[in-house]
Amino acid sequence: MGSERTNLLKFLLFSGSVLVAPVLFSGGYLMNVLVFVGINTMLAVALNLLLGYAGQISLGQAAFFGLGAYISGVATATYGLNPWAAMGCAAAIVGLIAFAIGFPILKLKGHYLAMATLGFGIIVYIAFNETVELTGGPSGLTGIPYFTAGTVQFDSDMKNYYLIWGFALMTILLSVNLVNSRIGRALRAIHDSEVAARVMGVNARLLKVQIFTLSAVISSVAGSLYAHTMTFISPASFGFNFSVELLTMVVIGGLGSVYGSFLGAALLTLLPEFLRTFQDYDIVAYGLLLILMTMYMPGGLVRIPSFVSPILAKIKAGVGKHA
Amino acid sequence: MLRVEGITQVFGGVTALRDVSFSVAEGEIKGVIGPNGAGKTTLFNIITGIYRQTAGDVFLENKIVTSFQPEKLALRGMVRTFQNVELFGAMTVMENVMVGLHTKSRCGILSSCLKLPSHLREERHILEKAMTCLDFVGLAEDASLVAGNLPFGKGRMLEIARAMALEPRIILLDEPAAGLNSRETAELGALIRKIRGSGVTVVLVEHDMELVMDICDTILVLNLGQRLAEGTPREIQENPAVIAAYLGEG
Repeated sequence: MGSERTNLLKFLLFSGSVLVAPVLFSGGYLMNVLVFVGINTMLAVALNLLLGYAGQISLGQAAFFGLGAYISGVATATYGLNPWAAMGCAAAIVGLIAFAIGFPILKLKGHYLAMATLGFGIIVYIAFNETVELTGGPSGLTGIPYFTAGTVQFDSDMKNYYLIWGFALMTILLSVNLVNSRIGRALRAIHDSEVAARVMGVNARLLKVQIFTLSAVISSVAGSLYAHTMTFISPASFGFNFSVELLTMVVIGGLGSVYGSFLGAALLTLLPEFLRTFQDYDIVAYGLLLILMTMYMPGGLVRIPSFVSPILAKIKAGVGKHA
Repeated sequence: MLRVEGITQVFGGVTALRDVSFSVAEGEIKGVIGPNGAGKTTLFNIITGIYRQTAGDVFLENKIVTSFQPEKLALRGMVRTFQNVELFGAMTVMENVMVGLHTKSRCGILSSCLKLPSHLREERHILEKAMTCLDFVGLAEDASLVAGNLPFGKGRMLEIARAMALEPRIILLDEPAAGLNSRETAELGALIRKIRGSGVTVVLVEHDMELVMDICDTILVLNLGQRLAEGTPREIQENPAVIAAYLGEG
């Protein structure tokens, strides 16, 4: 969990890297990909709070992401609301929905919880497709305005990069604070033994719903950011596949690690771009890589240092012997 | 302190407990014994709100707490340990005890996210308190170890430390000596006396007769889900019905 100071140092270092990254990759297509890394980081961190800390699975995260995007999109494109206000409304509505469904759903455990959240995801996905007058149906919703601040319009990859990463960094900072607090400990306690946590006075049922709601609200904000930077959304981005992809990001990055979720999001967002060189075989290479990583690094990308350091120590000891 | 009236528990066609009543006086150490399958752990699970009984009531300090959720009982000062040691295995020894202080702290999700000054003050307080509790059971040196890696005996001690962090009025120990060697059992006996000494009422389910007879003020004997006898260790040892039940002549 690290001490206060190392946590702060880590965050400052990370923020610094985010700040200068565009200078290294100045402009071009990669900037656009990095914008997506930011959005996916928010989504993965949100899911990790639920899955990695509280130990509750959700296969419906794409639905909250989609609801945020669609509420924002419809409110601005159709009803002319300000994008910032739309983002706030979306977050509030999604929060209420998550809170309401959280109580019955989170009584379930394991596979049953997975099925229930999956069901919710599918219902929302169907709603996006079928309510054609409202959402535009399968062909999508166009004409969503960009964010504006004063006279500045967030209409370029560079501007959106800083906007979205501002939100992503905030998500990371608040999440790191949360998991290192009394609430974070209670969440991990529920993960390890729910009955013991309850005996210790942790209101497990309420806390699970609260963290589910928080996770949904962060996903909704990510959805609004997505809608107002793409200016076009369609149901295909919010289907079951994307929920699974988010789950993969969290697991590959490392369960119960906020920065791990960033690593997972970055890897799964960037990888397809790099695998283009394999052309038709890119999906095979992608799958193979994921299988190998879960086999040999079950702790996720964040555990690489602890995976490598014994090997390095062995090499060093070997060198010492020969000298 | 604790009063149980007419508890009956039916699982399917099996009656695990039939009309069991007893009471625990403030500041006493009460033992609950009986052959395997007598319903001791079931009784504990009902009192601590983990099972919901078929019939009967539980009173804590003369207030009815029947079917209260465990987290609500924790606020009323009732805490328990488990036969199979339910630690938070992935967390450190220190963090386990810090969870025990959950009811003694207030910060919610928002103030934790924003790291408000009240949150930082509270964290410092929790850390100090947790250290005191670890000291109480002699685990202070293991504070930074991962709880799941502790040897079994120390795991039991940690569970007690975590429960004591709650500053309970009454603690229920479910077979605390199971799996302990004789030296550890002796230490446990001394620790239970120390817990009572700090003003906490103790109820324990236990198979180790030497320990039970040594530390308990009164003993309740269950057999086949029914109350067989109740009394001081001496009375229980001399009770023919108890002897018969244990020797299987019943």
